[in-house]
Amino acid sequence: MLTISNLGIRFTQYDQGLHRKQLTVITDLDLTVQPGELVAVVGASGSGKSLLAHALLGILPENAQLSGTMAFQGEPLTQKRCEALRGKAIALIPQSVGYLDPLMTVGRQVQRVGQLNGLPSRAAKTLTARTFARYELPAHTPKRYPFQLSGGMARRVLVSTAVMTQAQLVIADEPTPGLHPDVVTETLNHLRELAQEGRGVILITHDIEAALQVADRVAVFYAGTTVEIANAQDFTTGNLRHPYTQALWRSLPQNDFVPVSGNQPSPDQLPVGCLYGDRCAWSTAECKQARPELRFVRQGWVRCIHAEG
Amino acid sequence: MTITVPFDPVSRSLRNNRRQQTLWGIALCTLFLLAVIFSTWVIGDGGLGPVLSQRNQPPSIAHPFGTDWLGRDMLSRSLHGMSLSLRIGLLAAGISALIGTGLGLAAGTLGGWVDAVITWIIDVFFSLPHLVLLILIAFAVGGGTRGVIIAVALTHWTSLARVIRAEVLQVNSADYVKISRRFGRLPLWIARHHMVPHIIPQLIVGLILLFPHAILHEAALSFIGIGLSPHIPAIGIILAESMRHLSTGYWWLGVMPGLLLLLSVKSFDWLGENMRALLDPKTSQG
Amino acid sequence: MLKGEGLWFRYDTKLPWVVRDQSLAIAPGEVIGLVAPSGYGKTTLGKLLAGYLKPSRGRITLDQQPLPSRGYCPVQLVFQNPELSVNPRWRIDRILREKHPPQQYILDALGIHPGWLTRYPHELSGGELQRVAIARVLNRNTRYLIADEMTAMLDANTQALIWQVILEFARQYDVGIIAISHNQPLLQRICQRDYLVAEQTIVNLVPERQLSI
Repeated sequence: MLTISNLGIRFTQYDQGLHRKQLTVITDLDLTVQPGELVAVVGASGSGKSLLAHALLGILPENAQLSGTMAFQGEPLTQKRCEALRGKAIALIPQSVGYLDPLMTVGRQVQRVGQLNGLPSRAAKTLTARTFARYELPAHTPKRYPFQLSGGMARRVLVSTAVMTQAQLVIADEPTPGLHPDVVTETLNHLRELAQEGRGVILITHDIEAALQVADRVAVFYAGTTVEIANAQDFTTGNLRHPYTQALWRSLPQNDFVPVSGNQPSPDQLPVGCLYGDRCAWSTAECKQARPELRFVRQGWVRCIHAEG
Repeated sequence: MTITVPFDPVSRSLRNNRRQQTLWGIALCTLFLLAVIFSTWVIGDGGLGPVLSQRNQPPSIAHPFGTDWLGRDMLSRSLHGMSLSLRIGLLAAGISALIGTGLGLAAGTLGGWVDAVITWIIDVFFSLPHLVLLILIAFAVGGGTRGVIIAVALTHWTSLARVIRAEVLQVNSADYVKISRRFGRLPLWIARHHMVPHIIPQLIVGLILLFPHAILHEAALSFIGIGLSPHIPAIGIILAESMRHLSTGYWWLGVMPGLLLLLSVKSFDWLGENMRALLDPKTSQG
Repeated sequence: MLKGEGLWFRYDTKLPWVVRDQSLAIAPGEVIGLVAPSGYGKTTLGKLLAGYLKPSRGRITLDQQPLPSRGYCPVQLVFQNPELSVNPRWRIDRILREKHPPQQYILDALGIHPGWLTRYPHELSGGELQRVAIARVLNRNTRYLIADEMTAMLDANTQALIWQVILEFARQYDVGIIAISHNQPLLQRICQRDYLVAEQTIVNLVPERQLSI
């Protein structure tokens, strides 16, 4: 349903005074999402995950330059098409209630989403009530303002905004920032339900354990590029392909709790060769010469010349 | 099946460097305003004397703004008047800005009853009709140049005070200020190192945008006769005098000085907006 | 010994109690965890212990004395969100030097690149910025560190790196650490004891266990 190939996003920024520098925040990003599938996009902060969501919704800042291709349901996604589809066929579940209008009750805001999707106000209101009931929100919720919602209630209202749209593609951008494990599980289950209804769901997060609870496939981002696209079970069976994915898995407290040193390269100083090269234990001279292509290895995709089949 | 079509790359190399444009805008506006202010010393008093043989001439090459009923060159008069109005306006606005910043800082940092009193005063000023207040104060102080400066200075500080106060309150409640206190830093140090960098941009922009108001109000007061003495050719006076002659068809007496006033005020506006674009981190990266 | 005894707190007399009769003690060099469902006042408790708030009832003592109100507080709190805990108009090196600049080996251990020093906070990612926020409190004057969901917003690798450095620092200088977190596996890894903040009392959840790192 969604195919992204070789996506690149660059920004021009002012450095000192009039001097401008180029920031390459996304390079060679590849991702596909099928209907009924939940794909998790996992990466550290600064790896470009949120920018992907912004690109799909057409809300990148003005000084951004895009290259590569994005296709949704067979048609290319131009800026115009993004604007036409967002909120309708492509919906975003925002990160926090800070993204809602603080001066309007949540009932009205969610209802408005329905109206913007073509429903008459009566039908939108009923659908709002039904959606809130589906997520077991108390009866007084529609009259509440965003700041009056508790953490768990807020999460459920935010999911409702996407459910109201009948969108085919739902993007959840960091839906579980520092929340209690029970609320995290609940939110993730809601996303899983959306996938089971036949929609495509992209879950953007840094929390790999959360992602593995509900994802079908996991795309691992590093410094703005896809380094691996694995199936969820590959993590527990030890079938990981890219050294970064393996390092990430090892650094979990329930595993070895051992980190790998070094930092993600800065977007204005990307190395010529493999972006993970300077931190990688497998790095050879060949790695420094050119960026690897995405290869199909062991039923998954990996961007590394050393990954074995 | 997917159709692969390349995305439209927005070509930045052809578009102008936005920051360069902003800086050019600032430079041009500043030059124009400085030119007007200093024009009086450059052109001298020559055109101000009456030359009865040249009365009521429409704009021409010799007299781009025409001449008035006494044969005085209108361009010369307008420039003198505008320069004077600008200088008075700048002085009054400067004093006003000082009052506004001081009160805004006090309200934000001291809080409590000081804040309550200052906020109350600001509300009172906002609720009174602005021009009426100006006239009352100018009249009460005895009119003239002094009256205009005092009246304008005492009434234009409120918006700036509000903005500065809000900025101070916001910084005060920020996590990094609380952390700074736990590091052992004293309130004065925090004010100097944490607060000032946040306030300065607001101050600069607020100050620049204050000038047009001050200048226009000075012109208004002079226009209705409370401000500067009619013998001094401030822009307001010139406009007032031209009213008498409009019906006789001597349109340039009002239109030309009016346009000069408009252009000057608009320059300040452009200058302020460009400064804001430059100093606001959200827009300065474009 | 940092102790909080019979702590009660509310923001205003008309508002409900946020912290109800909690008591807590931590010795130098100990690492304890603080767990609770949302809304039980963990962050507020952390702020009380670090001196950001004054308890409505009860008292906090550091080695039998009240917390110092002047100078560098020996109990430091690290917030969850690094973007809010630094001045966005300051450069990184100024942020690090605000009071006690960290030693070079701390910067190296945390992977703080020298190139970052001239940058502004918005140019660094969340993980990088949190490392800066932590570096500025890792000095000889910090006796106790309260980590309020410090790595909740960070990826697993950065989390492991940060905790490794902090625990090493704590071991070396006998610094007590209170880790407020939801992450059970993490707490199991780093803490010797867990405190569960329940309705009325802090319950000692798991008796002393060996540090498994």
